[in-house]
Amino acid sequence: MSTMSFFEKVWFLIEQYYPLFITGIAVTMLIAMTGTVAGFLIGLVVGVVRTIPTSEHDSIIKRALLAVVRFICVAYIEIFRGTPMMIQAAVIYYGIFMGVDININIAAFAIVSINTGAYMAEIIRGGIISIDKGQTEGAHSIGMTHRQTMTSVVLPQAIRNIMPSIGNEFVVNIKDTSVLNVIGVAELYFQSRSAAGTYAMFFQSFTIAAVIYFILTFTVTRILRLIERKMDGPKSYVIYGSQTNPAAEIHIDKGGV
Amino acid sequence: MPVIELSHLQKSFGEVEVLRDISLSVDKGEVISVIGASGSGKSTMLRCINLLEIPSGGAIYFNGKNIMDKGLDLSEYRAKVGMVFQQFNLFENMTALQNCVVGQVKVLRRRKDEAEEIAREVLSRVGMLQYINAKPKQLSGGQKQRVAIARTLAMNPEAILFDEPTSALDPEMVGEVLGVMKSLADSGYTMIVVTHEMSFAKDVSNRVIFMDKGVVVEDDSPSVIFQNPKMPRTKEFLSRYFSC
Ligand SMILES: Nc1ncnc2c1ncn2[C@@H]1O[C@H](COP(=O)(O)OP(=O)(O)OP(=O)(O)O)[C@@H](O)[C@H]1O
Ligand SMILES: [Mg+2]
Repeated sequence: MSTMSFFEKVWFLIEQYYPLFITGIAVTMLIAMTGTVAGFLIGLVVGVVRTIPTSEHDSIIKRALLAVVRFICVAYIEIFRGTPMMIQAAVIYYGIFMGVDININIAAFAIVSINTGAYMAEIIRGGIISIDKGQTEGAHSIGMTHRQTMTSVVLPQAIRNIMPSIGNEFVVNIKDTSVLNVIGVAELYFQSRSAAGTYAMFFQSFTIAAVIYFILTFTVTRILRLIERKMDGPKSYVIYGSQTNPAAEIHIDKGGV
Repeated sequence: MPVIELSHLQKSFGEVEVLRDISLSVDKGEVISVIGASGSGKSTMLRCINLLEIPSGGAIYFNGKNIMDKGLDLSEYRAKVGMVFQQFNLFENMTALQNCVVGQVKVLRRRKDEAEEIAREVLSRVGMLQYINAKPKQLSGGQKQRVAIARTLAMNPEAILFDEPTSALDPEMVGEVLGVMKSLADSGYTMIVVTHEMSFAKDVSNRVIFMDKGVVVEDDSPSVIFQNPKMPRTKEFLSRYFSC
């Protein structure tokens, strides 16, 4: 065995342990993907709540309630952004989930969601604030409520603008799920370590893991770029020349995004 | 009964008193131009009427009803008093048509097909029917402002407030927007127009109001304001204005 070359050892590991690597990929991707989506939803709620406007003309009760909710949101964001996810995983798992009979992957999903939510909340709040106030005033001036303005005007643009950051969170999660090995989640890093163990082929096994991680993040980045381009829609528009004769339509390509 | 009546309207931002004591009454079909130096409170007055700012004192009556009353349906009221902004404030994620449809569907609860029909009508009225599928980014300033006017018209407003609607436009586009505004004035809309376009104030409006430092200094017909204003401050403003 010691006479094998590096590549022979890599091949040996793959042949021997490919089921481990494949489940590792599946668990990592599943947790990263569901955790990012759930984290996005958490962040959306927190970000939207934090940007609810108040004025001195609102009732005391409404203002007091919002102040409390805002404080909780800020505490959540600060605590989860200010501590490592590995520690969060350990504390939440041993502290909360230990007594309960819970599937380890569900626990992992919950931890990644809560952690991602804290980052997403700030990303979404930034996206909301960056939409110029004029559009909000335009919506208010024709009678649209804050909620209608958010759902029809502000959020669609905010979410489009933060797509790169959302994608980035997904990529970060693919890599950072590796810390969940502390609570024994069978993600890719955990599996690579198992594969390396028996024959002490650490270098080879982790090289395989590195290549897999890179392929995963690289592919995801490309796919997200494609989705972004789809979301932008066509760069040209059709002059409404004739409804019956398509030849009369003029396609204009002006600026766009 | 006046459509809009301001009675001793007052507005402060913190310590700064921006509107001191504004009383003004606008009848149905009247077109009123508001002129005055920068910082005199013209925008703030319009924003108070649309309740984008909450007045600090006084009262605003719309068709005789005090809009500061608790029972007011804010959305319904704002739909009746349109506002056109200097910076257009169109919804960037929507086409010209959608800009004119969304308020009708969400606020007036019109059916979508009915709303689109009305949107086409008002866009054609401002000469923008050809561009219903264009997004704001793809339009020139004058075109954007015409869509913004159409968006307001689609709500069937009883009065429209214009806050310097041509100030952000290149000179060659001012005419197309003023043309649309003149046609609205001719067809009987009640309008309050904050403007630096003295020709519009002179030729189109029934009354001109000169504001200075948060008060209405003079309120009279265009011919009086422009040919022999009674107040020295008006005279001074206009002579300074026309000399440069
Ligand atoms: N939200 C605000 N907070 C504090 N001060 C404000 C606010 N809005 C307006 N002001 C102040 O109120 C005064 C009047 O402003 P306003 O915009 O009404 O003037 P204006 O007559 O429309 O001027 P312009 O011709 O430049 O548009 C200004 O001194 C301005 O700085
Ligand atoms: Mg102004």
